[in-house]
Amino acid sequence: MNIVVCVKQVPGTTAVQVDPVTGVLLRDGASSKLNPYDLFALEAAFRLKESAPEPEDVAIRTVSMGPPQAVSSLLETVYMGADKAYLISDRVFAGSDVQATSYALSCGIARTGPFDLILCGKQTTDGDTAQVGPELAESLGIEHASGVLSIDGITEESVTVTVNLDRVLQKQEMRLPCLLTIEKDAFTPRLPSFRRKFATGDDAVSVLTADDLPELDRTRCGLKGSPTQAEKIFPPEIKKDKKLFEGDGQTLAASLYGLLSSEKYL
Amino acid sequence: MGLLIHEEKINEESAAALIKLCPFGALSYENGKLSVSPACRMCRLYIRKGPAGAITFEEEAKPVCDKSAWRGVAVFAEQTEGRIHPVSYELLGKAKELAHVTGDPVYALLIGDDISEAAGELLRYGADRVYVYEDPAFRHFLISPYANAFTDFIEKVKPSSILVGATPLGRSLAPKAACRVRAGLTADCTMLEMKENTDLVQIRPAFGGNIMARIITPNTRPQFCTVRYKIFSAPERGEAAGKIIRMPVIKEMLRGGTKILDVTKKPEEIDISDAEMIVAVGRGLRAKEDIALAAELAEALGAQLACTRPMVEAGWFDPRRQIGLSGRTVKPKLIITLGISGSVQFAAGMRTSERIIAVNNDPNASIFNIAHDGFVGDLYEIVPELIRMIGEEK
Repeated sequence: MNIVVCVKQVPGTTAVQVDPVTGVLLRDGASSKLNPYDLFALEAAFRLKESAPEPEDVAIRTVSMGPPQAVSSLLETVYMGADKAYLISDRVFAGSDVQATSYALSCGIARTGPFDLILCGKQTTDGDTAQVGPELAESLGIEHASGVLSIDGITEESVTVTVNLDRVLQKQEMRLPCLLTIEKDAFTPRLPSFRRKFATGDDAVSVLTADDLPELDRTRCGLKGSPTQAEKIFPPEIKKDKKLFEGDGQTLAASLYGLLSSEKYL
Repeated sequence: MGLLIHEEKINEESAAALIKLCPFGALSYENGKLSVSPACRMCRLYIRKGPAGAITFEEEAKPVCDKSAWRGVAVFAEQTEGRIHPVSYELLGKAKELAHVTGDPVYALLIGDDISEAAGELLRYGADRVYVYEDPAFRHFLISPYANAFTDFIEKVKPSSILVGATPLGRSLAPKAACRVRAGLTADCTMLEMKENTDLVQIRPAFGGNIMARIITPNTRPQFCTVRYKIFSAPERGEAAGKIIRMPVIKEMLRGGTKILDVTKKPEEIDISDAEMIVAVGRGLRAKEDIALAAELAEALGAQLACTRPMVEAGWFDPRRQIGLSGRTVKPKLIITLGISGSVQFAAGMRTSERIIAVNNDPNASIFNIAHDGFVGDLYEIVPELIRMIGEEK
């Protein structure tokens, strides 16, 4: 069985600001990390492998799209337990929105071999959209389930999962291949293993460029292949008519009490 | 289309300026040559802000679809057992405003089983036409049949904009349907506006909410967006004016590889998203034991207790009490924040509250930018005194 886990390298912090005068994005660009939500998808894959009757028959590969530096995050997935990792990296993909990202990922995943199950984190901490997984599934022509709380069973043909919907939990059996996005806290993720780190060679991560993907339609990639476009970015709006109370604790408590009482909140 | 580097204008000085400007570290200068790495996000900042003419952006004319063939604003009306999710009513209210700009109709798309009554309700909340796909196979949410019905609706009705609630179901269905028709999708919009040319202006927090992005879909239709529950207000329930249109459901539509084995009601949970009053605490709280202080105030007010993300990460609170982008969105009549600095992620989950009262000892805390009433002071001095005063009253 072949399991693919999609991961993303995200900024180490989300402390980004826009200079209100120049409109320039001020960003602490140095640090980055593996998207924390992806850890749950990785853990789900490792557990499936470990609980398989023949664990060596289950191959886990991780796939990411991003800048060259994302290799470090992919290496981390290998230290945790992935057998192989692939980075899809090319300037052609710059400026991709959800649609162009999922298209590029679908071409990359198809290029890296057959797959039975694709696992994604619920969302990323930078884009926050939670939409790439489902669009990726559609791009590959397979079904998906979002918000998977548990994987309850797996056979050669199907996987049984519990899905979190608003008011109900759905237990469903899905035909393979399919894609699951794993809910946060579904499992306790493991740490990278030092033993694996020392055993990992330089060839653990392969980089694929657009030239390595012969099927790729470049008009569907990057900014050009993105139906949505960011017209403008701006700092969040600041309210003008604010009322500010200052003074010692006693005075402030009295003003606050007065406010709550006169406006009938009490 | 792409970035053109004009080598004659690149020297050490201009290269350094450009490298400094790039927020993504995608530019490098080596041996007198400036190069762009795949880290580039095509933000094109250097064109406006960098040394003039050093890098330019060559735009190819994109094929633009015939926008006049796509009319109206559609709302996907989510239902469970015939009960419409309230976010759908909120979206109908917004859709009415948006459609008014161009004089186009408001549609509701309803998929389910035994949903006639629900369809009538949608008319009362402002839908001009309700398109109904009714079949026992739609009783529970199944990705393929729902997506098939959704795209059938898109192909037949050709709505220009489609609004979907960012519920677990909506976040699963909208991207599937959008991808199939190759439509643009903007998730978790917090503001929507309509241009005269039917381009939907979608505003959403980006980069974890520290900045806002204004997103449009200039060349394709339809344009999809998802909006969280409680971002917009539901309109008044009125008289039904529109009509219900029953759409044929063919067998092929119901095919898929997923079988429902069991559906269970979720156990009764802590739910702050429907609370009328909330007391929320953040990192201004010094110790876990001090939660009792906030809890006491919440009890005195009859409010629910909520918190920020660091409180959950510290293990002090149940994640279900977290407000913000990665937690719940709330819209209470009153929210009192104690020791919360007010990150945009947090604000995104509560800024539409009717009344925001903030207590924080830092006068520059950004919570004061969104609070209606700000109290600059120590919560440890103010809250016990306030509790005492409320207690005396009773």
